[in-house]
Amino acid sequence: MTDTLVEIRNLWLEGRSDEQWNPIINGVDLTLKRGEVMGLIGESGAGKSTLGLAAMGFCRDGVRISNGSVKFDGIDLLTASAATKRGLLGKRIAYVAQSAAASFNPAHKIIDQHVEGPTQHNVMSRAESEADGMALYEKLRLPDPEKIGFRYPHQVSGGQLQRAMTAMAMACRPDLIIFDEPTTALDVTTQIEVLASIRDIVKDFDTAAIYITHDLAVVAQMADQIKVLLKGDEVETADTRTMLSAPTQDYTKSLWAVRSFERPLKAPVVAGSVPVVSVQNVDAAYGKAKVLHDVSFDMHQGRTVAVVGESGSGKSTTARCITGLLPPTSGQISFGGEVMPADYRKRSKDQLRQVQMIYQMADTALNPRMSIGQIIARPVEFYLGLKGREKRAKVDALLEQIELEPSQYYNRLPSELSGGQKQRIGIARALAAEPKFIICDEVTSALDQLVAEGILRLLAKLQDDLKLSYMFITHDLATVRAIADEVVVMKDGRVVEAGPKAEMFQPPHHPYTDLLLSSVPEMDPDWLTNLLDQRGVDNIGDSAVGKM
Amino acid sequence: MSALFSIALWLGAIAVAAWLFRRLGQYASDNAPRFRDMSYGVAFGYVLGVAAIVWLALAYVASLSSDTAVANKFFFLGMAINGFLVFAAAAWVFRWLGRKIGTAGTRKLFRAMPLTASFGVLIILIYAIFSVFAGVIAPYGQDEILQGVAANIVPGGDPNLGGNPDFPLGTDQIGRDIMSRLIYGAQNTVGIAFATTLLAFFLGGSLGFLAAVVGGWTDQVLSRGVDVLMAIPSLIFALLLMTIASVWSSRLGIPLTVFMVLIIAVIDSTRVFRLARAVGQNIVVMDYIEAAKLRGEGMGYLVFREILPNATAPLLAEFGLRFCFVFLTIAALSFLGVGIQPPLADWGTMVRDSAAFINYAQFAPKAALTPLLAAGAIALLTVAVNFVVDWMLHRSSGLKE
Amino acid sequence: MGNVLNIVLQRLALGLLTLLIVSIVIFIAVNMLPGDFAELILGQGATPEAVKTIREDLGLDQSLISRYFGWLGGMLTGDLGTSFAQLNFQTNLGGDGGVTVVEQIAPRFANTMFLAMVTAAIAVPIAVIVGILAALYRNTVFDRVANIFTLSSISSPEFFMAYVLILFLAVLNPILPSLSNIYQGMEFSDRLVKSLLPALTLTLVVTAHMMRMTRAAIINLLASPYIEMARLKGMSPMRVIVKHALPNALAPIINVIALNLAYLITGVVVVEVVFVYPGIGQLFVDSVKIRDIPVVQACCLIFAAAYILLNLTADILSILSNPRLRHPK
Repeated sequence: MTDTLVEIRNLWLEGRSDEQWNPIINGVDLTLKRGEVMGLIGESGAGKSTLGLAAMGFCRDGVRISNGSVKFDGIDLLTASAATKRGLLGKRIAYVAQSAAASFNPAHKIIDQHVEGPTQHNVMSRAESEADGMALYEKLRLPDPEKIGFRYPHQVSGGQLQRAMTAMAMACRPDLIIFDEPTTALDVTTQIEVLASIRDIVKDFDTAAIYITHDLAVVAQMADQIKVLLKGDEVETADTRTMLSAPTQDYTKSLWAVRSFERPLKAPVVAGSVPVVSVQNVDAAYGKAKVLHDVSFDMHQGRTVAVVGESGSGKSTTARCITGLLPPTSGQISFGGEVMPADYRKRSKDQLRQVQMIYQMADTALNPRMSIGQIIARPVEFYLGLKGREKRAKVDALLEQIELEPSQYYNRLPSELSGGQKQRIGIARALAAEPKFIICDEVTSALDQLVAEGILRLLAKLQDDLKLSYMFITHDLATVRAIADEVVVMKDGRVVEAGPKAEMFQPPHHPYTDLLLSSVPEMDPDWLTNLLDQRGVDNIGDSAVGKM
Repeated sequence: MSALFSIALWLGAIAVAAWLFRRLGQYASDNAPRFRDMSYGVAFGYVLGVAAIVWLALAYVASLSSDTAVANKFFFLGMAINGFLVFAAAAWVFRWLGRKIGTAGTRKLFRAMPLTASFGVLIILIYAIFSVFAGVIAPYGQDEILQGVAANIVPGGDPNLGGNPDFPLGTDQIGRDIMSRLIYGAQNTVGIAFATTLLAFFLGGSLGFLAAVVGGWTDQVLSRGVDVLMAIPSLIFALLLMTIASVWSSRLGIPLTVFMVLIIAVIDSTRVFRLARAVGQNIVVMDYIEAAKLRGEGMGYLVFREILPNATAPLLAEFGLRFCFVFLTIAALSFLGVGIQPPLADWGTMVRDSAAFINYAQFAPKAALTPLLAAGAIALLTVAVNFVVDWMLHRSSGLKE
Repeated sequence: MGNVLNIVLQRLALGLLTLLIVSIVIFIAVNMLPGDFAELILGQGATPEAVKTIREDLGLDQSLISRYFGWLGGMLTGDLGTSFAQLNFQTNLGGDGGVTVVEQIAPRFANTMFLAMVTAAIAVPIAVIVGILAALYRNTVFDRVANIFTLSSISSPEFFMAYVLILFLAVLNPILPSLSNIYQGMEFSDRLVKSLLPALTLTLVVTAHMMRMTRAAIINLLASPYIEMARLKGMSPMRVIVKHALPNALAPIINVIALNLAYLITGVVVVEVVFVYPGIGQLFVDSVKIRDIPVVQACCLIFAAAYILLNLTADILSILSNPRLRHPK
């Protein structure tokens, strides 16, 4: 028995799009020893998921292996018969998918799906496997491990389902598990709990794993070795500590550097100055469901207020109240000291002009049938009344402001632009109205780290130049640290805590803020271990939220 | 009974052949993955396909036989195969030309086009030419009663059976040339269907977008109304309304065809409404619409500049489908005798009038061809449109990924 | 379960309401006829007395609303009125007790149901199996050939299909009869053979629709992550289909079947006319031609009711097969 479990040599993968085969992975090597965890990281489109699946000898539809070899424990997976591969999959190689909610069959109970592997591969009897499943659920700290398996997938929360899927992958005690972004879809406080249980169980059973993610801090906690991919090419591979402390390649260094962007602290707001936008005791509801409770905070000129919270905390709803899309049931929004009509349809053109918005998904925020020039020119014409040459000059100036060459981009369609460029167009459209206040709704969360950092820097520069106020909605605390002057923490439609950034990142905190802050993974490989030592397993994640 | 028995026998033979085929394949290819992992069903499919092709080839040969009894029996299959080959070749040549000639945009379009779609485009072009130039192409007028020519000349041009080579498709009961009427059919049947579809689109499309953009009560009232209208099967509803319209048309002296266009357009606009509303709603929730609303844009700008340009692709595909549906409904009504009224030449009516010639098939296959030609003319156009629409839908779904 | 029961009851109520409104629409449509029925039946040269008699017979002297409820009540109790053709015959020639609409429709309705069932028995299994196969082997030669065939048969008018089948199966190879002269008291096997050609025609059209929709539903399903998961758990292709895909495919497939049976209702009219099949569709078309309003009205309502019923069934079955609704949180 050799020490090497997986050996991938010079693997080339191609994917079919636009009626032709395009390269996805270009000659990557990968060696994984027994019991070792390899982190695969890269931005979207780097080919990491495809590579992970190829390590199982599996290609999705429209993907093919054009060259190379994949060996698992000496078995060549690319030439093995379908029956041989079926004998390995699920039994010796298991897979944990990104979305557990979609990857569990809605028609069967969780435990029935759990025992399927062991019984079909003749590893255990059904009764044994059921008992083993419950033991695994307990080990993964799922609540009510005796009964949770007898529920249907849609009756269980996302974080629990992700752990149930990890248990399912463990059912046959495989030699290798592929984790494909298992925590990406989860909130930070939930993520940490899942991370801790995955790490423990992999270690306890001495299982080898390939852990795919785009989040450096996460991979630092999980992996012994890290491999960085860029557009299908391997950038570098090293053990985790070396990689974090001394990356050799420029691309890797730049990835690490993103985390270090931080704006200098501004002087505190002058007491008594009139805020640009003031949210005063706002309550709001969708139909009968009340979603905001007595929300109040101020935003001042030239400053950024970051509104932080997990999904469902009401941060985007607050933005909808400010723009007038969702009139509050009580309370009011004032602008420069004046109360604004609650409904946007009742606001004057000038009031509308002053409040602009930048959206999370640049894809849906730009009309795909309009050229970049038309998109930016519309508010210029609509609000400022510019025509002809003047209008064109203004649009060109705006394009220059967002660092895109006017002559090159004016006539292009949004579909011809990259994600970051599209987001810049969104910014230019907002700037075209010459507003005082811009709402940035998760503007960087759909972008890769390097691109996101470019956007943040641009926003910071524009703020300094134009004295803009930002309301920055985000769930990512790293972004908050980088750009915020003031922070508002929201949970379940209420403001939990608010104050200047410096105070917010210093104890003492509200317990929820504390939990939120401590749940954000850091680049230190010992971070998770230390945190668990400090707080104990029962004081992280959903269980901790439940106690509040 | 014997027919069933021989089918079972053939299937059994193919089943054995399939097993042999896979076995031999494994043996000859030294157990290559292709044969090793081949399921039995796939092997069966291959052999069945080959058997079908061989049978068709034999039938084609038989259709060329000098023995008229045999040749007549396989005449129609031979025709079908000929037609298939000719159309396939024409579509291929057409696509090849499209790739060479034209602007960069059209050339790119043709490069990604499957053969079925280029066949569709070619057929639609041919129909368009026939419908515009029917008067030039047809040897006689559509309602021209030919002087000195017998009525009821049997199609096929065989004098022994009562045919006349000058009138290959014969004449009808009052002595009009059927071939000319067939050509004019392209103008009448297709033209009327096209006009009806346009009307249905105007009606359903504008109401659908209105419901999507305005929402609230307008949407509720319109949608529930459409639900009720759609709860009655369309052909049945059309027949009911046509009954009533026929009384009105004789009272008012307005041709029944006008009523038919209106009735079908209204019935069909319900389907267009549904689609337009759904497409509109999908677009209305987009952030760029929200951005435009927050900018303070008016309804006109929203609909014409932001929504409509993004709805053209699905609407165009729907137009093709709805055209087929309207076309088939009109053909069915005409076939049943309550659709397009004489003296206008129409394919559905022609099929009904000449259906009896089918029974000539064994001894005079060419005579039996007439009703099939008219029915086939309807089928060919709808097939062509459907092929194009299928490709368009495939393309737009492919672009999303 | 209470949750599901509620939804199902809601749908049932909605279905009934729709049917009621549809009956109003049909009634109003018929009353949009110019003049009144009496003149229509008797033609221009009728004596005023005759017109008056008929008017009273039909209750035309009553208000529109009371006439509607009279008609609706009759429908519910199985009294569909007397056909104009019969009425005309009676008043002019003094014959007694013609055939009522019910007596005319009932046997034909049974015939049509028979035809629809034979069609469904052939079409449903073929369509579902071929649809699943096309989805499994998508983008192969098999799938493309199936695509071309089904698109062609959807696009062709029913009468084209009918005549092609008559040509090959009745004229060139006399295997099946091209006329369906069905009568009461016929033996089952004989009846089956006589109905086979119309049933095959309908099968061709309906199968194509059903197969394409099944294919689309299954492809949609096979793209779901849980199917990939089952394959990555090393399950055999058969097990992936039977255990993982089918339970979830049930709802869409049931939907497809019901929708297409509803489509059959329209198709049956043309096909019955081609084969002179004595069903309700043929009666409907004949009545349309002679403007026999009571029969047209009754047939129309029957078709609409069947159509609504099938759509309702599809709706309810797909609710019942949804695990999310069956096992609420």
